[in-house]
Amino acid sequence: MKKQWIWALPLAVFVVMVGFFAASLDKDPRELPSQRLDKPAPAFTLPLLENPQASFSPAQMHGQVWLLNVWASWCAACRSEHALIGQLAKQVPVVGLNQQDEAGAARAWLAELGNPYLATPTDDDGRVSIDYGVYGVPETFVIDKQGVIRYRHLGPVTEQSINDVLLPLIRKLQA
Amino acid sequence: MMAMLPELGLFSLIAAVVLSLLSGALLFTGAALNDSRLMAAARPLAFALSTLVLLSFACLTALFLLNDFSVGYVAQHSSTLLPTVYRVAAVWGGHEGSLLLWLLLLCLWTLAVALSSRALDPALLARVIAVMSWIAGSFGLFLLLTSSPFTRLDIPALEGRELNPMLQDPGLVIHPPLLYMGYVGFSVAFAMAIGGLMSGRIDAAWARWSRPWTTFAWVNLTLGIAIGSLWAYYELGWGGWWFWDPVENASFMPWLAGSALMHSLAATDKRGVFKSWTVLLAILTFSLSLLGTFLVRSGVLSSVHAFASDPSRGLFILVLTALVVGASLLLFALKAPALQSHARFEPLSRESLLLANNVLLCVATGSVLLGTLYPLMVDALDLGKLSVGPPYFNAVFVPLMLPLLFVLGVGPVTRWKAHALAEITRRLGWVLLVSLLLAVLWVWGVGNVSALAVIGVALALWITLSALLDLASRLRKGQRPALAVWGMHLAHIGVAIAVIGITLTSGYESERDVALAPGEHATLAGYRFTLLSAGPLEGPNYLGEQASITVSRNGKAVATLKPEKRVYLSMPGMPMTEAAIHDGLLAHVYVALADKIGDTAWGIRLYHKPFVGWIWYGGLLMALGGLIAVADRRYRPGKRKAQ
Repeated sequence: MKKQWIWALPLAVFVVMVGFFAASLDKDPRELPSQRLDKPAPAFTLPLLENPQASFSPAQMHGQVWLLNVWASWCAACRSEHALIGQLAKQVPVVGLNQQDEAGAARAWLAELGNPYLATPTDDDGRVSIDYGVYGVPETFVIDKQGVIRYRHLGPVTEQSINDVLLPLIRKLQA
Repeated sequence: MMAMLPELGLFSLIAAVVLSLLSGALLFTGAALNDSRLMAAARPLAFALSTLVLLSFACLTALFLLNDFSVGYVAQHSSTLLPTVYRVAAVWGGHEGSLLLWLLLLCLWTLAVALSSRALDPALLARVIAVMSWIAGSFGLFLLLTSSPFTRLDIPALEGRELNPMLQDPGLVIHPPLLYMGYVGFSVAFAMAIGGLMSGRIDAAWARWSRPWTTFAWVNLTLGIAIGSLWAYYELGWGGWWFWDPVENASFMPWLAGSALMHSLAATDKRGVFKSWTVLLAILTFSLSLLGTFLVRSGVLSSVHAFASDPSRGLFILVLTALVVGASLLLFALKAPALQSHARFEPLSRESLLLANNVLLCVATGSVLLGTLYPLMVDALDLGKLSVGPPYFNAVFVPLMLPLLFVLGVGPVTRWKAHALAEITRRLGWVLLVSLLLAVLWVWGVGNVSALAVIGVALALWITLSALLDLASRLRKGQRPALAVWGMHLAHIGVAIAVIGITLTSGYESERDVALAPGEHATLAGYRFTLLSAGPLEGPNYLGEQASITVSRNGKAVATLKPEKRVYLSMPGMPMTEAAIHDGLLAHVYVALADKIGDTAWGIRLYHKPFVGWIWYGGLLMALGGLIAVADRRYRPGKRKAQ
């Protein structure tokens, strides 16, 4: 009867899981430091979803403030933020980086919900997303006239985050 | 009388909850005192419990059939225009009713266990029924306290809001009951594990008794998942059949763990090994079923807001899950050390390969669990909402499945205890070579040869050939393989067929978006699609457009497809696509309507999906194999000794 403790291991793991979950409900680390913040947006050239012969690269946006919105058709949260991205697109050009998606599904998704994007480069293997430090979909980056990342929004944008953070910042950068 | 139906339903539900909590306590006491009169109450109590819940469920069904919109749940999920069959399906179309269905199925499983277990030790049977009664009781409490389907509206509605159009589909009529049959069925293995731990009797007989119940639950879950995936395939309009969506994962995790459980039960039954591991798996499988039911039903995953909007439900869920899982694992920690396996086995033996199967399946379950809960955790940490999508799951899952499929080809033909490597190599070495060769030819016939496609097809052929060879050699020796052996091989071939479908359709499907006016045509993968006409269509509770498209190949007509686009009166803003599919054995041709362009032309999506149907044929074969195995004589009490 050696190693009695091993039988309690499943219970211990479960208790730690529950404990972590309960404790994490109280924490509130709102801001997530980004490695890329205030650094030049990594360069890339990716084919477009609608027309794989054509391509997009951030250099094309030089001289204007723009948003890079990372999305995928398999992402439920993207669906929930899509209407708001459409509203943002009326104020500022939005480029939709389509991450690790199936072209057919992505096109059907845009056909169904509307396409607010100036361009939709396709990041099939997720390499560009890694360069940008994306760790989940959706994420939205604000990039200034000099091509520097000025803000990174995690998760779907909300009415509140647009009015309180994104739009004021965009106006300031556009001025 | 009719006017009192909601009250009658509610009353019998309350009575069922009280009865189940009391009978659980009674039976546990009886087993502890070894009082045969108390323990003998197990059968009548199970019978009374299922009668009460059945009555409650019948009341809710009657309310739907009578269109009683004074009941909030009916008003929300039905309408007078809804066809009768969907009015019955609407009973489980929402949170409250589907929990009632869950409860009903649990009670029916309890009754089945009570009636068919006369050979079981009375104390063990009493504990099994007690555990199941308490589960029923806590679910019933959850229903009553947070989500009663019988609540009346202050002002009766004149018309119902109708069932979500997405759910108005034959596939979705039977999908939830099958899924729940599976979830709930694992409660038998769970209750057996708890009862066995309490009695300190986990032995071969215990495992043999648990096996058919576990397998039957697994059969239901397999069919439920397959039908859900088939539904997504033809209903969502772009031909995807698996999305790694949290709701799908919620049903897939118990399936993976249940598959592991079936195999470790086999080892415990035949060789008396892995006892404590089997017990732990039984606990985990049912815990995942609970988690699955609650994740889906509470709306925690599909929309995190639902959690906050009804905190009482969420809290109940957390507490209940923590209690059930925590108490079971505590019991395990206390009692499992006494379980000992004496049998020894060599590194190459049926036991060790079953162990490999279990490790791989459990790691797969864990990785799906991680991917499913990670977004929830991130949200709990208030870091925003994220989706972990197919890229993660494919990257983690495929590498785990390849070795599992390889082991699947060897395991069933390896002997218990020990098997010489040289003999296995001599028997199966050429099978591996032939599979590889045939796979290259096969893939070459479908499209460009890629390594992953060849590996997938080769593994599938390897499993199939090895199974057929084993059956052939048994028959040649004049043996008559038991039903359990036939079932096992059939289910394994089912896995192989599904693997071929998944491999080839993922690697070689093609698609095109076209705009066609009547008379125009487009081509895809050698098929020619001609739009004949498109016109309006009127259904019982929807308006729509239907196109008629002929498909031909090499000048020969293949099919006439009629895809539809429907707008349900209850949800005018959300048009539904009804894809039309020609389901050939070697490939599906799939047509879906996108949008109307101008007056007569239509945007149309065309898909060619080689071997996609094999995914579901494979699922069907797996379920059939399971059913055949359940029917084996050795699981029937009394018959076995006669052999």
